Amino acid sequence: MSSPALTQEPVYVYEKPVRLWHWVNALALVVLAVTGYLIGNPPVVTGGEASDHYLFGYIRFIHFSAGYVLAIGLIGRAYWALVGNQYSRQLFVPEVYRKAYWKGVFHEILWYLFLVSEPRKHVGHNPLAGLAIFLFFVLGSLFMIVTGFALYGQGLGEGSWADRLFGWVIPLLGGSQSAHSWHHLGMWYLVIFMMMHIYIVIREQYVSRQAMVSTMIDGWRTWKDDRP
Amino acid sequence: MSTYPDSFYAVMRRQGISRRSFLKYCSLTASSLALGPQFVGNIVHAMETKPRTPVLWLHGLECTCCSESFIRSAHPLAKDVVLSMLSLDYDDTLMAAAGFQAEEVMEETMRKYKGRYILAVEGNPPLNEDGMYCIVGGKPFVEKLRYAAKDCAAVIAWGSCASWGCVQAAKPNPTRATPVHKVILDKPVIKVPGCPPIAEVMTAVITYMLTFDKLPDLDSQGRPKMFYGQRIHDKCYRRPHFDAGQFVEQWDDEAARKGYCLYKMGCKGPTTYNACSTVKWNDGVSFPIQSGHGCIGCSEEAFWDKGSFYDRVTELNVFGVEANADKMGLVTAGAVGVGIAAHAAVSINKHKKTETHKKDSL
Repeated sequence: MSSPALTQEPVYVYEKPVRLWHWVNALALVVLAVTGYLIGNPPVVTGGEASDHYLFGYIRFIHFSAGYVLAIGLIGRAYWALVGNQYSRQLFVPEVYRKAYWKGVFHEILWYLFLVSEPRKHVGHNPLAGLAIFLFFVLGSLFMIVTGFALYGQGLGEGSWADRLFGWVIPLLGGSQSAHSWHHLGMWYLVIFMMMHIYIVIREQYVSRQAMVSTMIDGWRTWKDDRP
Repeated sequence: MSTYPDSFYAVMRRQGISRRSFLKYCSLTASSLALGPQFVGNIVHAMETKPRTPVLWLHGLECTCCSESFIRSAHPLAKDVVLSMLSLDYDDTLMAAAGFQAEEVMEETMRKYKGRYILAVEGNPPLNEDGMYCIVGGKPFVEKLRYAAKDCAAVIAWGSCASWGCVQAAKPNPTRATPVHKVILDKPVIKVPGCPPIAEVMTAVITYMLTFDKLPDLDSQGRPKMFYGQRIHDKCYRRPHFDAGQFVEQWDDEAARKGYCLYKMGCKGPTTYNACSTVKWNDGVSFPIQSGHGCIGCSEEAFWDKGSFYDRVTELNVFGVEANADKMGLVTAGAVGVGIAAHAAVSINKHKKTETHKKDSL
């Protein structure tokens, strides 16, 4: 799957649910990062009665709602990995057990270090991208979902679903204050992922031999040349 | 109704407490434990028929603030608890006996009430150097603790020292001060954390155990749910200002004078489980937030090691770097940004060259 493409024909890679999830998920991440940062460093309302305002309440509400979107989206995406096409599984299962995969990773590193003159073609993710997406996005957002709902469970109260499902994380991270700090650090982990992801996609749009951005819009991987 | 000579009720009557005051006390206790009126009868019955449960109160590495808090209890008055309700047979700082006489009392209680007495522990044992950092009665405290715990019904860990370790266990913890539940593994340990815990919480926990002959409901951390079930934040009277976004930003600014939320001043109310915002202190007079200072989270584990009391986003120590999450994140994101810009510049340059090269070769 991650091996270089053999076909010169356009391939339908990202099915509709995958594309929809990608963009909804991207929006959720941006909303989560912005509101999350504001929860740690809140803007201030001055004057009037407390009942005249609900700014921080809205910020937190948006954060929690976007958190649900992220979590439910990831569950839906995991389901699609089971029923979707062969490329839909790449996100969750990088083929680290294959030797050719690691050779591919190495080749991509050389490509990004400007040490090979021509990139390979890939129908799905290239091996390095697959690895980065798994380590940064899949593990990162799982960490954020687990810690996020654990903290959310503190507000819902003991015995709530979030507390029962994820409450065990808080003592494990050294208490509520530390759990907040780790959740905060996790946000930066995902922000860094987003920066690199967007940069590389735009770069490859121009430099690589295949379509990048449009693939996540119409689903088709098209090629710029007909060499293998 | 016949009363048993060793019951709480009998002792109270001997102290000159009328039946009327006794029944009042039972009603008060029922309501402070959030029990319905039908439980008053249960309490009365238990007090009339059950023999007094003796309490051994040990002091390890601590500052005695828990005892200070305990004797300031207003509901029920500590004197009632100490003199009539429970028999504090052994408490270094409160009892009249001293020296060998005192140690004898402890031995006697342990023998006479084997398996029935409650062991209350204030402070914790240091384990380094075989426990030599805390010697009580000529022996390391940890030995005394293990000895006294052997035949007790349950252990109450008073305060943050006994529950979590508190200041003497803060990094780098040179004496290896260790909370009680990590030393006494074979008995139920009830944590009543706080530095100190609230007096009414302390007396109510003991009253509950004496009345119902069982441990109060505990949360996943071993704290009584009735007092540690919610965060300070959940019942804080300044909570509306939090939701509104009205925060104090500097000590003594206009917002501070108006009593806005202390979240940005590092208040740990949102991360601290305790009853301060409901039960309050000194007979319900006030509690830290009401007095204009944020909660410092004294009933939470290792609260000394969680960074400043005055920051919301607190310092973290990750991979030897001491900074808060935002600083770490911003620096890393900045570095990645610079890297991206440099990479992009090289890419554009190289891409142009290949394009010209391609055109030339055509």
